[in-house]
Amino acid sequence: MAKQYETVIGLEVHVELATETKIFCGCSTKFGGAPNTHTCPVCTGMPGSLPVLNKKVVEYALALGLAANCQINQYCRFDRKNYFYPDNPQNYQISQLYLPICHDGWLEIQTSGGTKKVRIHEMHMEEDAGKLIHDEWEDCSLVDYNRSGVPLIEIVSEPDMRTSEEVIAYLEKLRMICQYLGVSDCKLQEGSMRADVNLSVREVGSGRLGTRTEMKNLNSFKAISHAIEGERERQIELLEEGREVIQETRRWDDNKESSYAMRSKEDAKDYRYFPDPDLQPVSISTEWMNEIKSRQPEFQEEKAARYQKEYELSKYDANILTQSKHMADIFEETAGFCGNPKKAANWLMGETMRLMKEKSMEPEDLSFSPKHLADLILAIERGEINQQNAKKVFAAIMDEDVEPISYMKEKGLLMVSDSGAIETAVDEVLAANPKTVEEFHSGKEKVLGFLVGQVMKKMKGKADPAKVNELLRKKL
Amino acid sequence: MEMLQLTARELSRRIRDGEISVKETVDMYREQMEKMEPQIHAFLSVDEDRLAGRIQEVEEGIKSGRYSGPLAGVPVAVKDNICTRGQKTTCASKILENFVPAFDAEAVKRLEDAGMIVLGKTNMDEFAMGSTTETSAFGVTKNPWNIEHVPGGSSGGSCAAVAAGEAVLALGSDTGGSIRQPAAYCGVTGLKPTYGRVSRYGLIAYASSLDQIGPVGRNVQDCAALFEVIAGHDAKDSTSSQKAVESWESLTEGSLKGKKIGIPKEYFAEGTNEEVKKALTDAIELMAENGAEVEYFSLKMVDYVIPAYYIIACAEASSNLERFDGVKYGYRNMESTELHEMYKKSRAEGFGEEVKRRILLGSFVLSAGYYDAYYLKALKAKALIKKEFDQAFEKYDCILAPASPTTAPKIGTSLCDPLQMYLSDIYTVAVNLAGLPAVSLPCGRDSQGLPVGMQIIGDCFQEKKILQTAAAYEALRGPFPMAWEKEEM
Repeated sequence: MAKQYETVIGLEVHVELATETKIFCGCSTKFGGAPNTHTCPVCTGMPGSLPVLNKKVVEYALALGLAANCQINQYCRFDRKNYFYPDNPQNYQISQLYLPICHDGWLEIQTSGGTKKVRIHEMHMEEDAGKLIHDEWEDCSLVDYNRSGVPLIEIVSEPDMRTSEEVIAYLEKLRMICQYLGVSDCKLQEGSMRADVNLSVREVGSGRLGTRTEMKNLNSFKAISHAIEGERERQIELLEEGREVIQETRRWDDNKESSYAMRSKEDAKDYRYFPDPDLQPVSISTEWMNEIKSRQPEFQEEKAARYQKEYELSKYDANILTQSKHMADIFEETAGFCGNPKKAANWLMGETMRLMKEKSMEPEDLSFSPKHLADLILAIERGEINQQNAKKVFAAIMDEDVEPISYMKEKGLLMVSDSGAIETAVDEVLAANPKTVEEFHSGKEKVLGFLVGQVMKKMKGKADPAKVNELLRKKL
Repeated sequence: MEMLQLTARELSRRIRDGEISVKETVDMYREQMEKMEPQIHAFLSVDEDRLAGRIQEVEEGIKSGRYSGPLAGVPVAVKDNICTRGQKTTCASKILENFVPAFDAEAVKRLEDAGMIVLGKTNMDEFAMGSTTETSAFGVTKNPWNIEHVPGGSSGGSCAAVAAGEAVLALGSDTGGSIRQPAAYCGVTGLKPTYGRVSRYGLIAYASSLDQIGPVGRNVQDCAALFEVIAGHDAKDSTSSQKAVESWESLTEGSLKGKKIGIPKEYFAEGTNEEVKKALTDAIELMAENGAEVEYFSLKMVDYVIPAYYIIACAEASSNLERFDGVKYGYRNMESTELHEMYKKSRAEGFGEEVKRRILLGSFVLSAGYYDAYYLKALKAKALIKKEFDQAFEKYDCILAPASPTTAPKIGTSLCDPLQMYLSDIYTVAVNLAGLPAVSLPCGRDSQGLPVGMQIIGDCFQEKKILQTAAAYEALRGPFPMAWEKEEM
């Protein structure tokens, strides 16, 4: 009988913090500036410069640690991680090894297998490195230090995950918490969330962990899933062949959908960590911790529960709407403006999500005003526009955040409420279709649909079909 | 020669009173430099443009009343590991031979804000690693008392400049005695402030947890005045203290009456030169005769001071000096075709022997498997040394000790035995490990005519106490001539 294998996965996730300024200097953290424009002597490691800790980074790390049920080291410290590479201007990275700010926490995830706790080993603060650009044309490498010193939190989980589904659920949970706290936008593509996957396999029932590998360069959930499946298979194959898994760091190639070894444990670097003498230890008062605790937002579970109670949404709807804080905020505002939470929910879960999928947008990319969606919903309720045309208006709201009423007027999408005009159209249609009228009178009720269609066509769609229906019946 | 003999404060008064112009003052020191530099080599560079610009600025600033402080108009020599914007700052290393900083060190900014002028940059041991200024990549500085001898180090250029009359004040830096020991060898006064007193922003780091910038001058009062100018909290340095700094006048008032002075027995043990002991004992006697309560006590941790210092300092240095890699600035080996080859060759060719020795030592003690045995142990020793000093300061206002076991050695005799050179730091490094302030001032000369230095150590942030004690002793001792005044060289 073939052996049964279990996959054991732990994650190291880097989250780029959404602070205005860098971790040790006053430079902007904005993404996408011209190379080396968001730099100063500190983040380019000039001789004589000194780091000064951005308190906001500690605040964000604390908020995230508390939300992930972590223990807090109220006395923590920064350490230097020494290694030579040009993206690292001092040739050491300021990080935390000996006394990280948070440790021993957990997150609860939901998968098809049910609910599970994934333990968090530690979270620490550190600085990001610059970016190397290899100009093959000129045969040289250039460095952009704009990203050097952007604050990061590294979240190290315990090896508690067993499937890629669990891994994705954990990452989504982490991302959701970060977004709810406003500490990071967590975009994998832009690199504001990066996950390294530590994976090993073992025979089911074995209490001993197998040799693990670390996978880097995973830029999407899809890449993460595929890398996990691929690495699991690769390791099982090795074991089945009686060979050993080598402890190494592997790099995922998204184009080839496979990984290759970068370096093995033998050439693992000695980072010569030691406490950074340029920075004072960070001491976190209990009052500060309590203050941050008291400012924690309503997280997804609470929010979803409240939506069911307050807005009478179904559990399913409440869950979907609260997956992103941004989406939930849009929902609440829209519901507030139009006074119709059910309709607001329908528009967001229906048309909004359909268009998002079409345009491959994330909830965070939504930028329309909830007021505009609310006005559209109210216009529908007032019978000023039909469902079909409302969708056109909404598409314009999504794209350009148009003001719906003036847009409807401008595009001639407002419904004709003048019953005289509809009556005229009805009369004309009846007069033009005597045969059909006869058929109706002889009991063929379903021809009514045809007549409604004809009237609507004459009205260029700008009449309320119910009203047309009513008038037709009256005249017949 | 009369003007050259003035103290910095007296010189400033005359400048402010219009008796001498700023330009005349600078020219006077430039003339002295022209005369002395061929023998002494205290300076590495003078930035003519910056100097000319500053002369005019200060001249105007004094007229307009913008610069009215007690040192306004006074030129200062600045050690070449303290950044000066637009002016080469080399740390006396080939690797930074052409490095021009984009900003001024906070200490430089403060002295310019006080109306002072950067006269030039002074020679030093490469990256402040050494006790003789012989490890400079740009030639050794000679002791103005006897040019066959070293000026001490690492702030040898700053101390020699003052001793040779080429500057009336200077900035040095002290990581393990680098202000106090050369001050002693050159017969000048130097203050190593409490750790955290003077911003390290713009001081190119050797050992971050021990480095302090401090003043060098002809006497205690001048040093106190310059200390007041550069000291005080700076938000750019996280290790900078918030404690307020007292004014220099209050620093130097008072007498020795009732002052409790402790003298560590271990500092007068074997190893210490008899003539040094004699000069110190005479000074102690003089102070006791004038009301000081002198008592000998024991500092037991003395044996651990040198190893703890070299482990901590080298560990930090190995990391601090990593940024000098040929990538962004400084010396680069141009023949390399591959990144790590470039790193290795640039650093192998750019750093001198002593710097490489300390980088290797520091990298070793931080390596996996050795960290606990060396680095952590050294930190523990450091904490114990601090504790022992704390206990001593429960009893004493000041601790008095030699600044060095010997007077200035001959050039070429120290570097052949680095361990022996490290041991000569024995009386100064404990002060850095404990973060204490200490002032070194001359207390006599040996039979060769070389100055002997005495060190007065205080508890953290007690600069006032040690400067008062030093000033009181200075008054009893009488004027100590600068090297250039003793005879025409």
